[in-house]
Amino acid sequence: MFVSYKWLQDYIDLTGVTATELAEKITKSGIEVEGVEILNDGIKGVVVGHVLEREQHPNADKLSKCLVDVGEEQPVQIICGAPNVAKGQKVAVATVGAVLPGNFKIKRAKLRGEESNGMICSLTELGMEGKVVPKEYSEGIFVFPAEAEVGVDALALLNRDDEVLELSLTPNRADCLSMLGVAYEVAAILGREVKLPETDLQSSTEKAADYVKIVVDAKEDNPLYVAKIIKNVEIAPSPLWMQTRLMSAGIRPHNNVVDITNYILLEYGQPLHAFDYDRLGSKEILVRRANDGEKFVTLDDTERTLTSEHLVITNGTVPVALAGVMGGANSEVTPDTTTVLLESAYFIGGTVRKASKDHGLRSEASARFEKGVDPNRVRVAGERAAYLMAKYANGEVLEGAAEADTLSVEPAVVSITLEKINRVLGTDLGMKDVKEIFDRLQFTVIVEQGTITVTAPTRRGDIKIEEDLLEEVARLYGYDNIPKTLPIGSSTPGRLSEYQKKRRFVRQYLEGVGLYQAVTYSLTSEEKATQFALEKRETIRLAMPMSEERSILRLSIMPQLLEVLKYNSARQNDSLGVYETGAVFLANGEDLLPVEKEHLAGAITGLWHSHSWQGEKKAVDFFVVKGILEGMFAKLGLAEGVQYVQAKVEGMHPGRTAEIILNGEKIGFVGQVHPSVQKELDLKDTYVFELSLKAVLEADAPVLQYEAIPRFPSITRDIALVVNKETVSGTLKEIILSSGAPLLKEVQVFDLYEGDRMEEGKKSIAFSLKYVDPERTLTDEEVTKVHDRVLEALKEQAGAVLRG
Amino acid sequence: MQERLKELQEEAIQKIEQSASLKELNDIRVAYLGKKGPITEVLRGMGKLSAEERPVMGALVNEVREAIAVKIEAKQKALEEAAVLEKLASESIDVTLPGSPVKVGNHHPLTRIIEEIEDLFIGMGYQVAEGPEVEQDYYNFEALNLPKGHPARDMQDSFYITEEILLRTHTSPVQARTMEKHQGKGPIKIICPGKVYRRDNDDATHSHQFMQIEGLVVGENIRMSDLKGTLEVFAKKMFGDDREIRLRPSFFPFTEPSVEMDISCKICGGHGCSVCKKTGWIEILGAGMVHPNVLEMAGYDSKKYTGFAFGMGPERIAMLKYGVDDIRHFYTNDVRFLKQFSKHE
Repeated sequence: MFVSYKWLQDYIDLTGVTATELAEKITKSGIEVEGVEILNDGIKGVVVGHVLEREQHPNADKLSKCLVDVGEEQPVQIICGAPNVAKGQKVAVATVGAVLPGNFKIKRAKLRGEESNGMICSLTELGMEGKVVPKEYSEGIFVFPAEAEVGVDALALLNRDDEVLELSLTPNRADCLSMLGVAYEVAAILGREVKLPETDLQSSTEKAADYVKIVVDAKEDNPLYVAKIIKNVEIAPSPLWMQTRLMSAGIRPHNNVVDITNYILLEYGQPLHAFDYDRLGSKEILVRRANDGEKFVTLDDTERTLTSEHLVITNGTVPVALAGVMGGANSEVTPDTTTVLLESAYFIGGTVRKASKDHGLRSEASARFEKGVDPNRVRVAGERAAYLMAKYANGEVLEGAAEADTLSVEPAVVSITLEKINRVLGTDLGMKDVKEIFDRLQFTVIVEQGTITVTAPTRRGDIKIEEDLLEEVARLYGYDNIPKTLPIGSSTPGRLSEYQKKRRFVRQYLEGVGLYQAVTYSLTSEEKATQFALEKRETIRLAMPMSEERSILRLSIMPQLLEVLKYNSARQNDSLGVYETGAVFLANGEDLLPVEKEHLAGAITGLWHSHSWQGEKKAVDFFVVKGILEGMFAKLGLAEGVQYVQAKVEGMHPGRTAEIILNGEKIGFVGQVHPSVQKELDLKDTYVFELSLKAVLEADAPVLQYEAIPRFPSITRDIALVVNKETVSGTLKEIILSSGAPLLKEVQVFDLYEGDRMEEGKKSIAFSLKYVDPERTLTDEEVTKVHDRVLEALKEQAGAVLRG
Repeated sequence: MQERLKELQEEAIQKIEQSASLKELNDIRVAYLGKKGPITEVLRGMGKLSAEERPVMGALVNEVREAIAVKIEAKQKALEEAAVLEKLASESIDVTLPGSPVKVGNHHPLTRIIEEIEDLFIGMGYQVAEGPEVEQDYYNFEALNLPKGHPARDMQDSFYITEEILLRTHTSPVQARTMEKHQGKGPIKIICPGKVYRRDNDDATHSHQFMQIEGLVVGENIRMSDLKGTLEVFAKKMFGDDREIRLRPSFFPFTEPSVEMDISCKICGGHGCSVCKKTGWIEILGAGMVHPNVLEMAGYDSKKYTGFAFGMGPERIAMLKYGVDDIRHFYTNDVRFLKQFSKHE
């Protein structure tokens, strides 16, 4: 809502309060003022000029040479490019030395050889928005009424010596969608009186009710419909002050009748509609739900197909307006209109919202109905409009109004105790302080002992319960004045859950080994949603996505991380590691919430280590990533239960991918992205992992327990085994561990050879075996005994022989 | 003989002094003190001496041998020291060359902000509560005093999956769920961080996915002044002790009274600049006293219990705190952006 500082003074005395001060006060007590616009900021030297002569520029088709009286001793010659400039007009002239918006300085100039001493201005050149400029002046200069005085400040005449407060209204404060509503608010803040607008007029002897009969079928949608009749109107431009006020509020002027309805909308917050009475073609207004499929052309010349959810105003047979949203082309006021039927009605918000939403027609009027208008202003707004039409369109207002009224207006009565106010706010207010606040709001107040009972005016439809009164007290008492305390009472332990603690650890660990944390979108495309998914499920699609790219909830994080690598790689960062923790969404059937599983994914591409001047360079490989995971599992105490099993995963390198098994359950995978995928994304060799973080963090880990440090020396035996190429080290290690127990404490691979010197289909793996007895020093014979058993088992179970 | 010995001693000492390497020195040792050396030769000749002369001569020989040995040892030490020094000198390096890089990543800036806020409130006795990102309409709206058809639902156009299921538009449903779980009993003190979703086109200031952190305190004597005090502690710890706070009345369907909190603008010190839109104040969060309908719906007696709630956007806080100018940076994950948030603070 745009509020003109000058206009507001019609209703309330603002002496001693500047626009900026007012903005600050309004903001602090409840309604945020987003800004204060000084309309003539940076503009000076623009006066009203009189075009004495106008002739064709001798050297330019599109230019006029004008002689303009600007109130100085001599008229000046000005070259003008506007198509509508003409002799006799009163126009806005930026004289030599004037400044226009954008710090545009007007200088004496020669245009195609002709001297020009100033500039005749359009409204946009004076800083007004094109969309509010009256249509007839939108392509050229603005023309003042003939009575405008030459030489006076043109900006003042255009009401630009004003400031406009932009209010950002929350949905509960629809009362401030009107100048009067704002005036009541300001009155409460400043403790001043509200002056109401003039509505009294001499009515004609004819009765409105004789001209039209109102029938409302849809009473629930429209409990009150009031029609006034104004005869003999003369359609003309509205007075300049009205036009300028509309423009400052963001509304384009049309003609006096239409402008008056818009002016009342701004003044009272009550939308009105003016019909051309003669074009209605009947003496009846029937308000009903539209028929499904009924057609109707709105005044923007668009044919609309209606449904039974839409409310229409009809002439008894065909629609003439879409209630509360837009009038019809068939009954619109035209320059030839002489009799106006003025509608002032109370339409229910939900009905109006449905129509405005379905037809994409959001207007100043529909917005007000949607948020709720004041039922007690419906009639007075009509009266005021009629008064203005009599005054500014020479209309004859018929007596009374034709009405259909089933509206019951019950003002809200709410009670609250002083004790509650102070208990909830933490204040120490007296009854007198509280009563004074409600008095300033012009709420009716009854005080009985400790209880205060308030009758809220109907314009404040947001006041319904005790807490609403609390808020009124708090905001007008001032939040600055409320003390600062901390909650008292039983204390609560502040802490993270075990899960949250471990998750923080995992993040820190991964960052400690060199990965950056990424945060990506949960919504993705159909194609990416299921790539690399650990569990195959139906995808979950938004009912109305904004784009295909963001239409499905992800089942895995990996595709997004690969996108991150691709983005960075294309920007000269082709060696990088990232990880993300976040939910993936597993469908559970139509009407149930999906299972949200927290996953952990990581992706590393390019060089893992590089220290050029020492000639060190290492590209990421499977074992880098596996090492990172092993470290993580070890830190979480889960290393014992983790296995890596060669596996095939779609999109992954078939020979370089492993499933990760934790305590017998598959929780994820690790490996190289398939080379064809790498190529598609233009990535260097990229190794990734994705696993269920939930499974990892919820797995039971053994309790930390001290183990005695061995007091006796260990004996180490190294063996090099020749095995079939397919035999994996993990199998051999397991054989060694189980056959060497309990003396065998550690096994490590220390060499792998698959070169030419091996027999076809064979490879050599070397292990280092460490034997310890915690109770005594082992003898060579004892170790040899066990060691031989190990070798035997290797031979039997894996066909492994010692390398000769 | 005596003279011969003296001569030998002088000769040896001279050679020792002239020797330049350990090898040369060893040759000298062998030459003079070895079995075939001249001094041993002299000893052999002692048989010819008388019984009186012999001990005298023997002592002299020993004296000479001792003198030469001491000299050799001293020289050997000197030579060895010189060798070490020479070796060390040859080993010197350019200490200004760069060290071997240690790979370290860091938190995403939003995680950084969220953890900072979590820790701050954990210190005040809060627990961290989490909930689903895909929610029932009931928890996202209805339980928060936003019945179907409520005009405020427009404020947050939502991503629906079915008529009853949607991506949560705020983390408030976690509050509703937590209250429900407590079955009408207090106290509750929680902070709820998480991802939320709204139908916005992504641009410099909007994102269809973003983070939110909300707090909720419910108890028997929770006052508006407690909210004000709590928010001030938060603002000063998060943005600095020199910041002022102000509460402005506002509107949220789930709180009444509702407020928005501003902090004084650090950039202009409250005098007005482009960041604070010339107001001197920057909006940080929304808050209020929990609406009695919300308490009642979750099973609390609103006559007995009161509560306050607040909510804020980590993106906005990060943008203000670090001067980030485009919300999309948080979701592009450009490493040149991410790595700027590695400093430990």
